Amino acid sequence: MKKKQSSLVDRVPNWMWLLLSFLAAMLLWYILSIIPKTSRAFPNQFVVLSSIATMIQRGVLHTDIGSSLISAGAGYAFGFIIALPVAILMAWYRPVKYIIEPWIQFIRNIPPLAYVPLIVIAAGVGRRPQIIVITIATFLIMCVTIYQGVVNVDETLIKAARVLGANDKDIFARVIAPATLPFILTAVRLGASVALTTLIAAESTGASAGLGMRIRSLNSNFETAPMLLYIIIIGIIGITVEKIIKTLERRLTGWQEKREI
Amino acid sequence: MAGEARDIKLRIDNVKKVFDGRGGEMVALNGVSMDILDNEFICVVGPSGCGKSTLLNIIAGLSEPTSGAVYCNGKEVQGTGTERGVVFQQYALFPWLTVRKNVMFALEMRGVKGKEAQEEAMTYLKMVDLEKFADHYPKELSGGMKQRVAIARAYAAKPEVLLMDEPFGALDAQTRTQLQTELIATWEKEKKTCFFITHDVDEAILLAQRVVIMSARPGRIKEIVPIDIPHPRNQETKMTPRFMELKNHIWGQVYQEYLEVRK
Ligand SMILES: Nc1ncnc2c1ncn2[C@@H]1O[C@H](COP(=O)(O)OP(=O)(O)O)[C@@H](O)[C@H]1O
Ligand SMILES: [Mg+2]
Repeated sequence: MKKKQSSLVDRVPNWMWLLLSFLAAMLLWYILSIIPKTSRAFPNQFVVLSSIATMIQRGVLHTDIGSSLISAGAGYAFGFIIALPVAILMAWYRPVKYIIEPWIQFIRNIPPLAYVPLIVIAAGVGRRPQIIVITIATFLIMCVTIYQGVVNVDETLIKAARVLGANDKDIFARVIAPATLPFILTAVRLGASVALTTLIAAESTGASAGLGMRIRSLNSNFETAPMLLYIIIIGIIGITVEKIIKTLERRLTGWQEKREI
Repeated sequence: MAGEARDIKLRIDNVKKVFDGRGGEMVALNGVSMDILDNEFICVVGPSGCGKSTLLNIIAGLSEPTSGAVYCNGKEVQGTGTERGVVFQQYALFPWLTVRKNVMFALEMRGVKGKEAQEEAMTYLKMVDLEKFADHYPKELSGGMKQRVAIARAYAAKPEVLLMDEPFGALDAQTRTQLQTELIATWEKEKKTCFFITHDVDEAILLAQRVVIMSARPGRIKEIVPIDIPHPRNQETKMTPRFMELKNHIWGQVYQEYLEVRK
């Protein structure tokens, strides 16, 4: 009984499912836009699309996207640059791990929005606090993930390399680095997602442009159509970045027995 | 020392190994001594936990004895050395490298580079009959094929002694028999000194010139049994009366130790 059903499911190609999923979402959205209770929050597709023109006319659409990409990109890059060596140090020197890991676990559970005011007081307004907030958030997730990777390098592979005559440098470059690569790529993917989800908090630091900042300012005028537009733009950026990184993962770590996370 | 060490490839001299565990000290090896001659094939059997792997790791230089020493060619072992190759039970192939590149890893560590390494890798893969799989990744191979790659890689490092820790332990019976046959044929040709751990008494007798029986808790050599079955040997050797006789004896000794551990 179950089998018959799954064979039909299997016969429909993936792209068709994707299309169906998209159409169902559009339908749901449209229904929300005509139910009186929800219609204010969810203007229909045509209204939202036409708000693209409005935002371009106001001259903010591309500066908002640009500003957010710069903040998220820079914070994310700094987060990675710090996370990589810290994770390796934690994995190699246990005292470093015992000191730093509790900090990471502690801060990781605090929503970034909570510490934003302190960062603004310390770093002032403008681009800098935005980058700092995203750096912190992406550092935390990437450091934990990369640390797991370095710690989980199969001890026998290191032994195997050693008995074949590898020195410490060979072992780092030719065993630890490739063995950790899948985790590094996972970290890169999770970090990208965190960079975007932290955007609103980061841009509540008195930013003058940005997708997150704009959503908040549109909110004060109840301009729901461009708000919805901006939310969708964030979603599109997120899924695009994720797809790119996933393609990279498949290319670089196809040798893996199984993939996790 | 020099004259005496001529025929002795490995000298295991009163090796003791103590681990500091949470429950206090654990004596894994308590004064193990034996000489392994050049060209000799030694098999070690004993109940699990009796220190076989610990001993192999010490010979390989992956672990240090608490006291005593191991000498290879009369020189005290300090850390790993390419004259002592190791084949692990879990294959330990680098999953991100193709079969050929796994073998090339060993060659490159020896200083063979580029095209030369590529070609030489193929000769080692031919030896284990896997040249067709040169460009496959380890995940695409069966367990037996993986272990053959690992053996080819170990040979590519040109060791004088091969240390093998239950290399066929994870394989099914049929693959196991096949690899045993291949290994015995290779040894009959090359006479490379082998130190081979197994829990399979049949396998030990088929391969070895001397079988070392270890006793458990603390690990010690209980008996060394010379296997006086002439070469060439093959799977039919297992049917001969002398084989049965040796098997009865060794199996009895191992079983006694096994009961000891259970107590
Ligand atoms: N790194 C270690 N730390 C503590 N105890 C160990 C370690 N390695 C092995 N042992 C202990 O030493 C004993 C011998 O282990 P091992 O040499 O692996 O046995 P075998 O290979 O014969 O099964 C076991 O009781 C095992 O628990
Ligand atoms: Mg063992």
